[in-house]
Formats: sequence, structure tokens, C-alpha cells
Amino acid sequence: MNAALIWEWIIKSVIVLLVMTAGFAYVTWYERKVLARMQARIGPNRAGWAGLLQPIADAVKLIFKEELVPDKADKVIFILAPVITVIPALIITAVVPWGPTVHLFGRDIALSVANINLGALYILTVTSISVYGITLAGWSSNNKYATLGGLRATAQMISYELALGMAMLGPILLAGSMSLTDIVNAQQHLWYIVLQPVGALIYMVATIAEINRAPFDMPEAEQELTAGYHVEYSGMKFALFFMAEYIKMIAISMIGASLFLGGFQGPFLSTFPWLGPIYLFIKVVVLLFGLIWIRATFPRIRYDRLMSFGWKILFPLSVVNLMVTAVVVRLVGG
Amino acid sequence: MSAGLIVFLILAVIAIAAAAAMLLSSNTVYSALFLIMNFIAIAVIYLTLGAPFVALAQITVYAGAIMVLFLFVIMMLGAEKFSEKEPLTWQRPVAILLGLGLIGEGVYALLTRVGTQMLSNTATEAMADPKALGVLLYTKYSLPFEITSILLLVAAVGAVVLTRGGKKEEKQ
Repeated sequence: MNAALIWEWIIKSVIVLLVMTAGFAYVTWYERKVLARMQARIGPNRAGWAGLLQPIADAVKLIFKEELVPDKADKVIFILAPVITVIPALIITAVVPWGPTVHLFGRDIALSVANINLGALYILTVTSISVYGITLAGWSSNNKYATLGGLRATAQMISYELALGMAMLGPILLAGSMSLTDIVNAQQHLWYIVLQPVGALIYMVATIAEINRAPFDMPEAEQELTAGYHVEYSGMKFALFFMAEYIKMIAISMIGASLFLGGFQGPFLSTFPWLGPIYLFIKVVVLLFGLIWIRATFPRIRYDRLMSFGWKILFPLSVVNLMVTAVVVRLVGG
Repeated sequence: MSAGLIVFLILAVIAIAAAAAMLLSSNTVYSALFLIMNFIAIAVIYLTLGAPFVALAQITVYAGAIMVLFLFVIMMLGAEKFSEKEPLTWQRPVAILLGLGLIGEGVYALLTRVGTQMLSNTATEAMADPKALGVLLYTKYSLPFEITSILLLVAAVGAVVLTRGGKKEEKQ
């Protein structure tokens, strides 16, 4: 291991972190714009051209806001909870490749941070620990609405994690590898959404529930829980929860694009390897549009329906999907 | 001292400190969090030993599933604080006896094994490759694997039976 290799990894990690945080700022702008258009409004249009400076104005506002800590709150966990929420969101995309190997500065550089042979398992691991921040935020606030929101989030995320894992096993079986780079490379001629339509659907539904987005945003239902687990948070700590949610939106779009939509694959990739990140970016923007569209269209569903849907429909469906996939892969010899 | 040994010592200190803090903490939520810290430190030790699958499975199963449910139950019941009185008075002497027995066993094993060959501290090839690990689980170790799955199934059925049994009492 030489110094140049370490620098390469550090630079790639920093790029991923910067892209994710900048992406967070502009996904909020994108969501507000798209939602506004769907509701026949204009959306943010004052700060900068087409409101493009709006995220920066929001950030400045949130930084200068007063930070409140409730008197009876558990102070240590109350301050730690937003951090615990953001870290899994930032590290989950480490295994997603953004392009093939490119030649730069006389070196062959793979456009991915970590091409490990357990990429998909790594994603499930990080997903499984990402529930802690929300749970602890709800508990440490010492507020009944926040606690209820935290409990709802815990139950919901544990329930949908199973279906998510089962849906991710489809592409793994087809590619014969848990490495996301291998899965993307195996989709050079045919995207897995064609072979795994049910799996892709389960993945989308389960991930929306995992990141607590509408119509599964029960943990932060405004009307019944005022705001759920982050009701006591203000200023930058509040912003960190939003940052985690929007970064997770980008992350699930990236992972979904890699698993089912061919990731960075596209025409002319072998001649122009730099097209890889652009193809991935386009697919992520399309998937993000889908997420916002779903939020604008569907009403929030009732909590007991949410749980019974997860356990009685989504989970059995994902098991059947997995069994059929396994048998077909075995018979065809994939 | 090699870099690997330094990393191991740091991780070992974190793991032991977290385990001790779990036992000594008076707040059960903190106890649960220290236990999670302990699991993660041990998972990183597995990583340094060249067993990434075991490391990730450790975090997913213990930290990601079991401890989340522990926290859920603690928060749901509002059981953050221990009760002042010891509810099971016979437990303490038995625990002391068993603990002494375990320490004695450890000391005996340490004394008798001095000078014998060390156990290998790097994982075999099978631990790094998920495919090889799966083949091993379903061929060589299929019996323990199936027994474990039956055990888990029994636990799941037991949970269902326990919650269904409550229905009759509610009607009264």
C-alpha cells in the first residue's frame, strides 16, 4: 500500500461526502420546485435565479437560529442523536460504483470508493443501524409526541428491513455476487428491472418506508404527532435530521439505480468512461423525481395498515419473489 | 509492536470498557448503547482478522436487529431506571457462585495451556468469501444450522402463542 493509493482513497471519500451534502441542499430545492409545480404553484424563486440560492439561504438561517435543549431531556443523547442519524446516511453509498475504471494522471482509477465483495450486505448493515438516531432522538427529548414518533420509526424500519433485504437478494442471485460493481457490470445488456419487476417494486416501497417518506411518514405525521421524533429540535440539529432524510433519498436512488437500472451503464461507455457518473446522475434524478411524485400523490396511510401491509403483503411477496428467482437462476444456470 | 497489535489493543480496551460500563450504568438505555458499542468493537476485531462477513453479520443481527428491539421494549415500558429493591433475592448468591466458577475455569485453562500451540489468529479463506461460507454452512455444518433455525422458529411460535393467550383474559 503506497502513499498515492491512500491519497486516492481519501480524495474519493471526500468527493463522495461533498457530493452527498451538496446533493442534500439541492434535493430540497428540487423537491420544493417539483412539489410546487404539481400543486400549481411556482415554488422558491426569490434567492438567485429560479431560487437556486434558496438552500444556501436556508442553511444560513438554520445556523443562526437558537439551539434549544429541553430542560428534562437526556442532554448527551439529545445532542448525539442527530449525529448518529447522519453518519449512516453519509457512509451507505461508499460501496456504490459511479463509473468504470478511468485513466487519470497516469494511473488507472476505479470510480468507486470501496469495491468490496460484500457490498450489498454492507448496505443492509448500515440500514439496520440507521434506526438508532431516530429512536434515541425520540426518547431523549422527553416528550410524548417525540417518543411516539421514535417508537413508530423503530417498528416501521425493522418491519420493512426484511422485505428490503429479500428484494436486494434478487439482483444478487442474478449476478452471482454481492459486490455492487459486479451487479452493475452484469447489467451491461439487460437491466435487472426487466428480470426483477416485482423485486424492484418491493425495493422502492420498502426503501420509502425505511427513510420515513410520504406516504409512510408516520413517525413525523404533523397532524397527530406535531412533528414526531424531531419536535424538540431546532437550528442545525434539526437540519441534521433533514440532511439525513434527503441524503438517504439520494442514497436509495443510487442503490436502486445500481441494482435495477444498470447503475452507470449506458451507450458509448467503453469509449468514454467519464459518461458513467453522468448516466448514474441522470438515473438518480429520475428516481428522485419518482420519490417526490409519490409524496405529492399519495395520502399518508394509517399506522396499523402500514404494519399489516409490510408483514402480510410485502414480506410474503418478497419471499415468493426470491424463491422463484432462485429456482429460475438454478434451472437456467445463470 | 506491530500496527495490527496496536489496533487490536485499542479495540480490546473499547470492548472491555463498554462491557464494564454496560454492567455499571444505572440507566438501561445507556446500558443498551454500551452493549451496542461493545458489539461494534468486536465486529471491527473480526474485520481485522479477515472475516468481513462475520463482522457485518454481527452488526446487522446484534446491533441492527436485537438491540433495536431491546431499546424499543425499554422505551415502550418506560423501564429506564432499575427498581431500588432486588426483585429476585436468591439470584445474587447463585450469580456469585457461577461467576467464581467461570473465573476458576478460565484460570485453569490459562495455566494448563501455557506453552501449547497458539490458535491461529487469522481467519481461513472461507471466512472472507461469502460463497465459501455459504457452502460450508449448508454442507459441513448443516445440522447445527438447521437446529438453530428450528430453535428460532420455536421462539417465534412461542411469542405468537404468548400474545394469543392474552385474549381470553381480556374478555373477562
